[in-house]
Amino acid sequence: MKLDPERYAKMTREALPHSPVLKDCLWAFFVGGTICLLGEILRQSWMLLYDKELAGALTSISLIFLSALVTLPGWYQKLGAKVGAGTLVPITGFANSVVSAAIEFKAEGWVTGVGARIFIIAGPVIAYGTLASWVWGIVYWIMGKL
Amino acid sequence: MQYIWAFVVGGAICVIGQLLIDYTALTPARILTGYVVTGVVLSAVGLYDPLAEFAGAGASVPLLGFGHLLAQGVVSAVDEIGLPGIFTGGLTAAAGGIAASLVFGVLAALVGKSHDQS
Repeated sequence: MKLDPERYAKMTREALPHSPVLKDCLWAFFVGGTICLLGEILRQSWMLLYDKELAGALTSISLIFLSALVTLPGWYQKLGAKVGAGTLVPITGFANSVVSAAIEFKAEGWVTGVGARIFIIAGPVIAYGTLASWVWGIVYWIMGKL
Repeated sequence: MQYIWAFVVGGAICVIGQLLIDYTALTPARILTGYVVTGVVLSAVGLYDPLAEFAGAGASVPLLGFGHLLAQGVVSAVDEIGLPGIFTGGLTAAAGGIAASLVFGVLAALVGKSHDQS
């Protein structure tokens, strides 16, 4: 049979697997949003006791603690396989990368295993984040001198 | 209302990460690193602080907020002690999160067993 471009496009569209992007994004939105909502509840609770800055730090620490707890039985990774960025992008994903690497590389020893591999994702995040803030610090300092 | 905005803004920031995963070949480590550096830049140009005021944890919990924390730390240290603050400010502000991750990581390794990653 003869194929015009329009018909060909329709056939390829039907033959290809359905794009899971929309579904992925909805999962990311709801799970990521829920983690942030939990963060806001924690933050408002800590603000009853401490000032805003300390409450923010305690919120991060609380979320990291909770992330370590659900990383231990492997639940965070299971959820992550399903929802992708929803569990990756929040601070709990950063904590999961540290905790799961620490557990995973225990077999290689406490120094070169746990101690070194703990930074497998946290290392680049901290290194480039610090570098970027250092560059911004210089710019900010110069701006203050002008 | 603050809770709704935390949910919506936090969710939206995660959707951007999901689009990066689906449409680019970026690994999780690259995405997280990109988020932190972007957070520093957004904070430096003055865009992130208004978002954090408005969305609370919706802005501070995603890793962009970690970058914002580093940038804010450097600014307050430079205000306080001058140029040496470019070295001390960032990690001082981020110390709680980094220390908590490392401490809980090692403690988890003490009690945890490795899982199949699949």
